Amino acid sequence: MADVPFRFRSDDVVADPAVTVDAFAAQTNATAVRIEPGEDARALLPFLDRLRLVEVNFPTFTDGRGFSAARVLREAGYTGELRAVGDIGVDQLSHLRRCGFDAIAPSAELDPAEAATAFAVWPEVYQATGDGRPPIWALRHTAGRGK
Amino acid sequence: MYVYDQYDQAMVDARVAEFRDQTRRRIEGTLSEDKFRPLRLQNGLYLQLHAYMLRVAVPYGTLSSAQMRVLGDIADKYDRGYGHFTTRQNIQYNWIKLEDAPDILADLAKVEMHAIQTSGNCIRNISSDHYAGATPDEIIDPRPYAELLRQWSSFHPEFLALPRKFKIAVIASETDRAAMRLHDIGIRMVHNDAGEIGCAFYVGGGMGRTPMIAPLLNGFVPLDHLITYAEAALRVYNRYGRRDNKYKARIKILVHELGIDEYRAQVEAEFAHLQTQGIEPPIAELERIKAYFVDPTFETGLSDAIDLSNADFARWVRANTAPHKAPGYAIATISLKPLGKAGIPGDATADQIRTMADLAKAYSFDELRVTHAQNIVLPHVKKADLFALWQGLVAADLATANLDAITDIIACPGLDYCSLANARSIPVAQKISERFAASAKQDAIGELKLKISGCINACGHHHAGHIGILGVDRKGTENYQLLLGGSEGADTSLATIVGPGFSEDGIVDAIEKATNLYLAKREDGERFLDTYRRIGMAPFKETIYG
Ligand code: SF4
Repeated sequence: MADVPFRFRSDDVVADPAVTVDAFAAQTNATAVRIEPGEDARALLPFLDRLRLVEVNFPTFTDGRGFSAARVLREAGYTGELRAVGDIGVDQLSHLRRCGFDAIAPSAELDPAEAATAFAVWPEVYQATGDGRPPIWALRHTAGRGK
Repeated sequence: MYVYDQYDQAMVDARVAEFRDQTRRRIEGTLSEDKFRPLRLQNGLYLQLHAYMLRVAVPYGTLSSAQMRVLGDIADKYDRGYGHFTTRQNIQYNWIKLEDAPDILADLAKVEMHAIQTSGNCIRNISSDHYAGATPDEIIDPRPYAELLRQWSSFHPEFLALPRKFKIAVIASETDRAAMRLHDIGIRMVHNDAGEIGCAFYVGGGMGRTPMIAPLLNGFVPLDHLITYAEAALRVYNRYGRRDNKYKARIKILVHELGIDEYRAQVEAEFAHLQTQGIEPPIAELERIKAYFVDPTFETGLSDAIDLSNADFARWVRANTAPHKAPGYAIATISLKPLGKAGIPGDATADQIRTMADLAKAYSFDELRVTHAQNIVLPHVKKADLFALWQGLVAADLATANLDAITDIIACPGLDYCSLANARSIPVAQKISERFAASAKQDAIGELKLKISGCINACGHHHAGHIGILGVDRKGTENYQLLLGGSEGADTSLATIVGPGFSEDGIVDAIEKATNLYLAKREDGERFLDTYRRIGMAPFKETIYG
């Protein structure tokens, strides 16, 4: 079973191996899939109800396509585990969370204290990304808050 | 001017803390240079030939006197006593130590400044018209929209690892002073038929090795959809932009390869979807921002007369001031292009920077602008104060009267600083300036925008110069190609290479020949560019190589 050092959900870790997007479309009983950077997350939208795990691979952290893939899935209503895997350092953690990842399995081990600092780096956020955090503009225009 | 509230301040402070921690990890060795590089770039820190360079953001080119003063102090405290204003309205320091960078960011944060996303493959600092809020020819001040975009693009988690850098400009006049259509996204504020204000989006412009003029993406995006539309445009780029070849990774290549219609169709689909997601700030937020950009309290009943009995002053007024929307006021440009070898285009010493801050405080409602032509604008000067201002500039060696003249050269740092350069830019600029300053010819020539890049990356915007110079490497020696006919204005065009390249002295001679031909051929009121467009390349080629 995959080692997932950062997980922000309470259900059991999905043990099924994640298959490729092509294989997933062909296997009607598969519940876990892995997206590579060049693949379009929208191909999974017809199958959201049977999906329990989507792994999004970041072969290199400078390739940010996985951030969009995550938001596309969440915006379409996917509520299963969304796991970022690959070349992920502490400095990407907050951005991954903001885009909707609720599980992160970096290929190299991260220092837990540094990771904790990194997750908490932004006191507030400027954008609405569907991660549940109210953006600054909302705080400013909510009665009793902001100015 | 926009003023931070507690949220903006908290975000910038958080960034300083984050970067301090990243720098510590780098110095201690737990963060490799490979991993650190993209992080430091997103804080404006480049490794150049001799030292680190730090690029500080000047959002839409607008600065207060207090901010300008701090920019001068940083030059003294952390650099060698000067700073370099850039073609994207920012300022950069060329001699920075890595361990000082977090402290500089902390000093900047105290005056609501930062270096966020001034480099790297992310949405860069938003640029705008340096005459915004002062010029009579705009339909509205474009800066509140730029500020809204600044906040949206700052630390946008989806767009911090784009295929390539992404530059946005926002303007609101027909006269394009920001090279809007040479940006990844150019936005022009426009009226629709119903008289409402909205945004015309242009996409896929840029310079670099494949210069392109941005085609129109959408002629009218309503104000309450601005952010949603921008997000859709960026998401399509993030999804499809090429990552296999960094020279083909800009959005201009994507738009070119997909075609604007297909790109538009994708953006519209994403836009329709994103409108269901509630990502657009309310109009109240735009109104909140706009309140910071109201006009200063201009005096009324002022005379427009200026005493021009001092000939040097008269020359400066004619060259370096522009009409203001308020009677009795002018827009004054401080040229950072001293004649001949007296300086480097765009550079200012710490003392000069502080002097400009003081002059802005005394004469321009506390406000300055950085222009993409690497000069400084005092946007709101009473005509009655122009003489005193000019005297202050003379005392600081800042009164060069050459705005938009052939010696008002844009030059990239070139081989003197830049590790990518093929050739030096600065000495060529100085030689040209020297040649034309010595004769009275620069006055006779009038408006002539000359731009120099030290390599094909085109940071000196040579494609958009009436005359452009491109440094190339020819069998190990520096060689310069000459281009004619570019423009970044409302009539945007890309310059064309004339023919075989020249040596450093040869290029200066070639430019002199080209301008001589212009002087001989020009018709009433024609600028160099107009004559070139009328008579074409052939006569120039003949004169230059014949
Ligand atoms: S144009 Fe080339 S030489 Fe000049 S600054 Fe850009 S990369 Fe460096």
